[in-house]
Amino acid sequence: MTKVTLNKKRVISDKVFKIGATVAGTYVLVVVVLMAFQLISESYPIWEEEGLSFITKTDWNAVEDRESFGALPYILGTLTTSAIAMAIGVPLSIGIAMFISDAPAKIGGPLGFLVELLAAVPSVIYGLWGLFVFRIYFRDWIETPLHNAFGDNIWLFSGNPYGLDIITASVILAIMIIPTVSAVSREIMKAVPQQQKEAAYMLGATKWEMFKLAIFPYSKTGLIGASILGLGRAVGETMAVTMLIGNATGIGAIPSSLFGPSQTMSSIIANEFVEASPASIHMPALIGVGLILLLIAIVINVIAHLLVTRMLKIKEGAINN
Amino acid sequence: MNSIQQRRQEYRSLFKQNVAKRLLVDKAVKIIVFTCVIVAIIPLGSILVEVFKNGITAISIEFLTETPGSIGSGEGGIGPAIQGTLIIIGLSSLIGVPIGVMSGIFLSEYGDNTLARFVRFFNDVFMEFPSIILGIFAFLIIVLVLGHFSVWAGAFALSLIMFPIVARTTEESLKMVPMTYREAGTALGLKKWVITFRIVISAAKSGMVTGIMLSVSRIGGETAPLIMTILGSSQFFSSLDTPMDALPLRIWRLSLLPYDSAQLQGWGAALVLIMIILGINLGIKYYFMNKKNGFFGQLIKQRRNVTK
Repeated sequence: MTKVTLNKKRVISDKVFKIGATVAGTYVLVVVVLMAFQLISESYPIWEEEGLSFITKTDWNAVEDRESFGALPYILGTLTTSAIAMAIGVPLSIGIAMFISDAPAKIGGPLGFLVELLAAVPSVIYGLWGLFVFRIYFRDWIETPLHNAFGDNIWLFSGNPYGLDIITASVILAIMIIPTVSAVSREIMKAVPQQQKEAAYMLGATKWEMFKLAIFPYSKTGLIGASILGLGRAVGETMAVTMLIGNATGIGAIPSSLFGPSQTMSSIIANEFVEASPASIHMPALIGVGLILLLIAIVINVIAHLLVTRMLKIKEGAINN
Repeated sequence: MNSIQQRRQEYRSLFKQNVAKRLLVDKAVKIIVFTCVIVAIIPLGSILVEVFKNGITAISIEFLTETPGSIGSGEGGIGPAIQGTLIIIGLSSLIGVPIGVMSGIFLSEYGDNTLARFVRFFNDVFMEFPSIILGIFAFLIIVLVLGHFSVWAGAFALSLIMFPIVARTTEESLKMVPMTYREAGTALGLKKWVITFRIVISAAKSGMVTGIMLSVSRIGGETAPLIMTILGSSQFFSSLDTPMDALPLRIWRLSLLPYDSAQLQGWGAALVLIMIILGINLGIKYYFMNKKNGFFGQLIKQRRNVTK
């Protein structure tokens, strides 16, 4: 008799525990769904007002009775800064991953830790440093010479180099994605089976040829995934970009040259969200921008995770064989 | 005879040329790759040097404890901001850590089904969501509903950043605990939740603490979601239903002011913030360096012996 009640108690408390754990686990799904729902319903007025032209229009006017909103400049701003950041950051990160995955642990460990510390620095401190230190050097040593040399002929370098512009924000973004991309790439390079490397060495390959023959072909998918993960970071990054991009609005925010100011989706939200009145359609417009940003972020991160986990699954298979 | 020797000579020189070229390329790549590392470390060094150099001149007892003075006067301090950062870290941990730990337990102990794979995937994706969107979400479901900016909204937004990190690290560390520990518990007739909390978690504690501390250092520097939730204030904390200040917010606001004194205060605040965050990061690193012979170190050794 006692035995039975004990068993029942055990079953009940374990059931409660299992249910509790499951609820906590599904919390993330609830949050994601609720978030998407909230963003859609709260931005509904802007879609009603502007329709799909919200994505293609360039005005941004919050004056009463003349309200008109279009998100195109900010979408372009986000894509441009992220693309430049990727172009600078990804090759650097892959170089770092090559060095660290191959260096003896005594050197690679501390250097890897230093690079990862870059991820620990808060974004607002990147902004502060970029605004008061990096911008000055970058403007005087790189932007001004480039502008003087090519400014008249190449549109990329036209515009007055002031430091608060697309290229400064992009370079800071590049620095910020380095720790993510290099850490993931390093893990992926380490996941290449030792036999592959040894086979390359056996053919008489130098270290670089070993990378070309064994590591890159094997880890290609994973490296692309790592880069896309960095892209996700760059797209969502807010504070440092807000402080450095020059915060243009409307048609002036469409990226026209490397030295022109612009605005990204996250920075326009950070700049205007608190001032926007929930009663006008300014707030729904900003939430609409947020919704677009969310969709882009979801697509990017889902692709990145599929690529990275696929790579690491292959690794497990290879080791077991 | 002669021609064979000639040919041999020819091949030998070709071979040497080929090897010399390949070694040269190899060396060049080595140098390039090493430069990449240096290029990445320079900004880190520069940030640390500038923050310390500029921040140290701003720091004083008053700066750390007083409320901000009038704008541009260069007087007053960042007392409310430091207090606010500590409060918001505490509150969001209070919300985020239990959810994260339970979710990690779910993934590790009941994680062998489609739902768990789904959760794991969304956890990973959610971790990378732009933090400003989490801020908008908290604004919509708390600030708009209550009608005012509040500490709760900020803590909720930050807990959303926190819990996926905690869940993932908890899962990883629980998985490292050998199955035999759980079987021993079952053999003793313990309930599953007792096994999990008393045996598995106490063995995996250090890994979980690391995850929690990492997530704390991550949210400590987070600014974007705080803009639309706790808003910022120049007063000390009074209630959970009012706006509050935080270090990253204060740094942002100070950097926007066109005064040298404000800029200096910004560096001072940045120094305090970076000390907190780097302190946590270096602390974890140091802890683990001394922990090689601790539980996990021995576990790894054991596993190696078993696989051998």
